[in-house]
Amino acid sequence: MQRYRRYILMFVKSSLETFGNYCIFMHRVFSLPQKWRVFGRKFVQEIGKLGIDSIPLTIVISIFIGAVICIQMQLNMTSPIMPAYSTGLATRDILLLEFSSAVLCLILSGKVGSNIASEIGTMRVTEQIDALEIMGINSAQFLVLPKILAFMVFIPVLVIFSIATGLFGGWIIAAFTDMIPVSRYIYGIQTMFIEWYVWYTIIKAIVFSVIITSVASYYGYYVKGGALDVGKASTNAVVASSILILLFDVILTKLLMQ
Amino acid sequence: MIEVKDIEKSFDGVKVLKGVSATFETGKTNLIIGQSGSGKTVMMKSLVGLVRPESGQILYDGRNLLAMNREEVQHLRTEIGMLFQGSALFDSETVLGNVEFPLMMYTKMSWAERRDRAQFCLERVGLKGADNKYPSEISGGMQKRVAIARAIALNPKYLFCDEPNSGLDPKTSILIDELLSDITHEYQMTTVINTHDMNSVLGIGENIIFINKGHREWVGNKDLIYQTTNEALSHFVFATDLFQKVKEYVVRNEHPIENK
Repeated sequence: MQRYRRYILMFVKSSLETFGNYCIFMHRVFSLPQKWRVFGRKFVQEIGKLGIDSIPLTIVISIFIGAVICIQMQLNMTSPIMPAYSTGLATRDILLLEFSSAVLCLILSGKVGSNIASEIGTMRVTEQIDALEIMGINSAQFLVLPKILAFMVFIPVLVIFSIATGLFGGWIIAAFTDMIPVSRYIYGIQTMFIEWYVWYTIIKAIVFSVIITSVASYYGYYVKGGALDVGKASTNAVVASSILILLFDVILTKLLMQ
Repeated sequence: MIEVKDIEKSFDGVKVLKGVSATFETGKTNLIIGQSGSGKTVMMKSLVGLVRPESGQILYDGRNLLAMNREEVQHLRTEIGMLFQGSALFDSETVLGNVEFPLMMYTKMSWAERRDRAQFCLERVGLKGADNKYPSEISGGMQKRVAIARAIALNPKYLFCDEPNSGLDPKTSILIDELLSDITHEYQMTTVINTHDMNSVLGIGENIIFINKGHREWVGNKDLIYQTTNEALSHFVFATDLFQKVKEYVVRNEHPIENK
């Protein structure tokens, strides 16, 4: 029993230490850029690298998930008392409420998070970050702030893409199988539409985008060692950001949906 | 001139620097030498502020680095150029982009002026025609040259080089040494070189500081090193048969061999 207590205490202590270091790191990140023109250039580059490059993955995943949700809804909601349009309605609401924010960001944390952690981690072990510091540049701000802001700005675009292509995936099922009439599916995705759900999913995605980029940057920035440690940092970044996304999903749902 | 006074640094209770004092002179190539684990890398990192010593003073022309606030340190660093062991070039930038980077951050030069200055620095280190290549597309020796060009782009007063010859063949090592020595004299910089390479020690060592087990054991130059009575230094510098023979030859003929 005492041993478990010791483990729990150690876990709490290390978690608090990590959180403290993360806060100090964020304090360094959120400072004014030394050169706005250089910052602007990096910001645009990051939009391309983190945002635009994620569009194909977002589209592919959303089409398939939209299709699967549509099939599952149709198979599991077959009842004489359920209207035919409920499959479209349920597909839309699942995409809006959970998939296009939380699940999409969980998937993107794998792609974007590992990309950021390995990029910054490699810069650390090859002394590129030291080189920036020696030049008198706030390396945390220089490397991380453009990534956080770029992904924050672009994530709503990915969310909209995800919703649209997810609904398209459901339409494919309606159009090319005889499971549900297309007119009923179209009616379903239009009926009882609540605009707030779109804002809700965008707000959640923005919070998740900050988690993905900042946590991955933190793990990459403090890598010690060599290539193996960069790999470990990348894995840890994805695990930590996934857990935080799920935690904040619960918190935000409670706050925003009540 | 950089003066170091009684600096001490420990890691996990183990003292790595034990009250080291030294003077690095302007317009000379100052070498820090010592065995692996002797504390010379910690000394170098302390000098540039990447590691903070627990006590002592590091004076850059009278300005104490350890008493400066963050802004003052950042300002001082604009006067510092550094060549890292692995070159530390930015992978995402081209050769020209790497050299232009400090100019872009700290000057108000126009695009054309920046380009001219970067090309001048690259020509100064003997690199032509590699402007648009990425660091991964050039050799180790060329990477070192680009790193030197980047380090001198802002006309620094102080130049630090961490093992500039590591991973290079002897011929390229000598070229890099000569380049560092030339630019030190040409721009009257205070150059501090951390090295293991005995060719560098005997070739360009105008002011040599030998660190052993965290202490400064010996100070001198490449000529005085042949007559040293310090056993640890003698074992370190003349460890191989070749250098032992060089020493015997020099002592016998009472003049040093020119490093060509």
